[in-house]
Amino acid sequence: MAGKPKLHYTKGRGRMESIRWLLAAAGVEFEEEFIETKEDLEKLHNGESGNFLLFQQVPMVEIDGMRMVQTRAILSYIAGKYNLYGKDLKERAWIDMYVEGTTDLMGMIMYHPFQPADAKAKNLALIIERATTRYFPVYEKALKAHGQDYLVGNKLSWADIHLLEAILMTEECKPDILSAFPLLQAFKGRISNIPTIKKFLQPGSQRKPPTDEKMVALVKKIFSF
Amino acid sequence: MSGKPRLTYLNGRGRMEPVRWLLAAAGVEFEEVYLETKEQYEKLIKDGVLLFQQVPLVEIDGMKMVQTRAILSYIAGKYNLYGKDLKERALIDMYVEGISDLMHMILMFPFAAPDAKEKSLDSIKDRAMNRYFPVFEKVLKQHGQDFLVGNKFSWADVQLIEAILAVEEKVPGVLSGFPQLQVYKTKMSNMPTIKKFLQPGSPRKPPPDAHYVETVMKVFKK
Repeated sequence: MAGKPKLHYTKGRGRMESIRWLLAAAGVEFEEEFIETKEDLEKLHNGESGNFLLFQQVPMVEIDGMRMVQTRAILSYIAGKYNLYGKDLKERAWIDMYVEGTTDLMGMIMYHPFQPADAKAKNLALIIERATTRYFPVYEKALKAHGQDYLVGNKLSWADIHLLEAILMTEECKPDILSAFPLLQAFKGRISNIPTIKKFLQPGSQRKPPTDEKMVALVKKIFSF
Repeated sequence: MSGKPRLTYLNGRGRMEPVRWLLAAAGVEFEEVYLETKEQYEKLIKDGVLLFQQVPLVEIDGMKMVQTRAILSYIAGKYNLYGKDLKERALIDMYVEGISDLMHMILMFPFAAPDAKEKSLDSIKDRAMNRYFPVFEKVLKQHGQDFLVGNKFSWADVQLIEAILAVEEKVPGVLSGFPQLQVYKTKMSNMPTIKKFLQPGSPRKPPPDAHYVETVMKVFKK
């Protein structure tokens, strides 16, 4: 069995994108098997040795002999394995809290393309409001309070990678969204220039594009909703 | 300041109940502050006590922790309920996340519109019986051990026993096709700290009723 993790998902961002980000930032090469049709999904449900999907869902990541499911479980495992989870329980607690916040924000953005047309404008306004009044102020304040380059423990962690992903995703919704957050602007520049992340941000990487109408239709078809 | 963790939430299950379960299972005594009015909640926000302006809030070890999963992970880690290594932790996390998805359906149920409640209940029953319980029945059957992971009591067991009881409240007899889970339910319920938590007078909260729903709307409605 190859050493590389293998990701099973659609070609879109969805719930797998944070996993791609974290593996890439950790400098871990990975393979991807794309679910492009309902039949592809069926194959996973009915693999040679039975169901490969513990709870009948993707993301699924084959890693270190496990078929891992549940995005948070997968991300926690990768963070732990590649030393991106702080040095002790308390640092891990802070990383977890920060990541849960960016998860909530990115969750709103992930669902946005699936909103009915007449709810989209209101939803976008809510995303922008939450980003600028609930989430970004927290991270701006954290950076201001300790004056360090990274959110937790003066060392790159999962929280920093997740925050950069959230910043870029929110900027796609509103390009000047960081205008009131000078420290986050500097943070964005710094973290984007970390070699592994810089590489991931270049064309040709495994980073996926924003979800468009075509992907929405495909996802609905594959997952029957 | 007392050594005990302090929980701030409504006087009901909601998103805080798994935290009460885990602390109780770990044998940790805790205090509770109940939100009953919008003013109390707004004061917490104004005082800057809630990182993302949300509850649950658990004050523990000098931290004001928010975000249920972060809180639960910390407690599990601190009280040795998180497995012995990264791989056991991965299994525990997977199981807990799956169970959380099921519990989320139960969490949302009281807030469903009256004409959507029956469908919601059917979904809960379907998911419990076809997606989640079969997984844990199989796990227990395959290794024949008392606990889900690593032959040792963990967060995953606490989460599963909580879920079994919560689903049974809505779907009595739901375990009839799951003999391993029936045995498991009895075993877990008889563990001393859990047995204590299941007795009247414990911090365990009753199922949500109309008054609870009303309080939620009152405190959190914009």
